[in-house]
Amino acid sequence: MSRLLTRRTLVTAGLATAAGASGLGAAIHLAGGYGLIPPDHGGIVGIGETLTYSAQRLLTSGYSLAREFKRSDISKIPIVNGPAPKDDAFRALAADGFKNWRLQIEGLVARPVSFSLEELRRLPAESHIVLHACEEGWSYIAEWTGVRLSSVLELVKTRPEARYVVFMPFANPKQTTGDVRVLWDNIDMADALHPQTLLAYDMNGEALRPDFGAPVRLRLGRQLGFKNTKYLSRIIVTDRIDLYRKGPGTWYGGI
Amino acid sequence: MSIDSSSAALHPRVAAPPATSGEPAAEAPADKAGRSLRHIAIVRASHWTMAGSVLGLLVTGGGILISHPRLYWGETGSVATPSLIDLPLPFIIGPSVSNRPFHFFFAWILVLSGLVYIAGSIATRHFRKDLLPARADLNWNSIAGVISAHLRWRRTSTDEAWTYNVVQRLAYLAVVFVLFPGIVWTGLAMSFGVTSVFPILATIVGGFQSARTLHFVFVSLLVIFLIVHLAMLCLVGFGSHVRAMITGYIPQRRSGR
Repeated sequence: MSRLLTRRTLVTAGLATAAGASGLGAAIHLAGGYGLIPPDHGGIVGIGETLTYSAQRLLTSGYSLAREFKRSDISKIPIVNGPAPKDDAFRALAADGFKNWRLQIEGLVARPVSFSLEELRRLPAESHIVLHACEEGWSYIAEWTGVRLSSVLELVKTRPEARYVVFMPFANPKQTTGDVRVLWDNIDMADALHPQTLLAYDMNGEALRPDFGAPVRLRLGRQLGFKNTKYLSRIIVTDRIDLYRKGPGTWYGGI
Repeated sequence: MSIDSSSAALHPRVAAPPATSGEPAAEAPADKAGRSLRHIAIVRASHWTMAGSVLGLLVTGGGILISHPRLYWGETGSVATPSLIDLPLPFIIGPSVSNRPFHFFFAWILVLSGLVYIAGSIATRHFRKDLLPARADLNWNSIAGVISAHLRWRRTSTDEAWTYNVVQRLAYLAVVFVLFPGIVWTGLAMSFGVTSVFPILATIVGGFQSARTLHFVFVSLLVIFLIVHLAMLCLVGFGSHVRAMITGYIPQRRSGR
C-alpha cells in the first residue's frame, strides 16, 4: 500500500470520525430536548443504555399498558427479595400498623403534602394483576392495589419543569456490610404518569407485608423488580438529571 | 469454511456445479498478486463486528444466567416453583446487575450490524449467490455425503473453497434467519416495555419464562454452531481462512495451511 493511499485513508477516516462525532453530538442534543436521554448516558455502557431508553420511549410513547393477567394466574408463592428494614424507626411504625407513618411529597410541587396510610387508602383505588420479574431472571404474578401515582401528583400539583420523581425508602442497615445501603431510586415522568404506576398498599387482597414493601411501595407495570422501590418514606419531584442512584447496574435497567 | 473434494467422489451430485450458487472462481475479481476476492467487504465487516458482540453477549449473558441458573416454562418461575431445567452452573446472586448493561450494549451492536449485514447482503445478492443452496443439492445423499466426509476429517481442495457446500449454506441460512432472529425475538419478549406494545412477542412463545428458556436454547444452538464452525476452520486451514475473512483474499497457491 502506498504512502499516499495511507494518508488519504487516514484523512478520510478522520473526517468521517469527525462528521460522525458531531452528528452524534447533534443527535444527542436533539434527543435530550425530547426526553430521550437517560441520566446515565455517559461511557461505553451509556451508549447501549441511551439507545435502549430512547428506543423504548419512542416505542411506548402512548402509555402502552403492561400485560395483565387473570386472578387464577396469581402465583401461590411470591418471592421476597431483601427482607424488611430492621432499623428501630421502621420497626416502631410497623408495630402499630403504620398508623404514625407519613409519606412526604415535596420538591417541584405547588402544594407539598404528607399523606397518612389512611389518607392514601381514601383516595380512588385500583388493582392490577401483573408480572413481577427480577433482573436475575425469576418472576411471579401478583395483584397490586393502590392509588395511581399520577392522581397523587395531581393533588400536589407538580410544576411543569418536573422531569423525574425520586423515591426514598426507609434505610435498611442489614442489607449490606459497612455503610447503610438505601435502595432509593427515581423514574421519569413517562413512568410516573403511567396509568399502571401505583403507590401500592395491598398485595393479593391483603395489606402489604413488611417484606414486600410495607406500608406502601411503588409498583410499575413496565419495569423490572428493582425499580419498584419498597418501604416508601419520601417522594421528591425534581428536574435534576444527576439525582439518580449510581451503582453497578443501569438506571433504566436496559429493558 | 470447509468444502470437501472427497465427498464429490462419493456422491457425484455434489460435484455438479450448483444451479443457483457460487460465482465461478474465474469470474472473481483478482488483484495484482493474482489473488481473488473471497468475501465482500460487507460480509467481512459484519462478520467481525458480530463475532465480537456475540463473544461479549455470551460472557455477559453467562453472568446474568448464573444469577439464576434455573429455567422455567410459562410466565412465572422462582426458587419456590419447580424448574424445567436446573442448569449445572454455580448459583451466584449478584453478577446480573453489572453484566446486564454490557449485555444490552453488545446486543445493540449485534442488532445494528446484523441489520447492516442483511441490507448489504440483499443489495449485493450475497444470500442468493453464496448462501441459497442449489435445488439439486437439496437431498439427503448430498447432505449426508458432506457430513460423513467431514466427520472423517477430510480436507478440502483449494478450488472448491470458492463456494460453500450445501450443509454450510443451510447452516449459515439457519444462523442468519432462525437463530439470530430467535435470539433477538426471545430477548425482546423478556422486555416489559417492548411487550407492552407487542404483547404477542411473549404470549406466542408461552410467556416471560418460556421466552427466557428459548433464549437459552437458541443461544445453545448458536454455541454448537460456533464449535463446529471453529472445528471446520481448523480442518480447512485456520490461518488462511481467517486471513480471507479479514482481507477478503485467499492466496491463489496455498502451501500447506
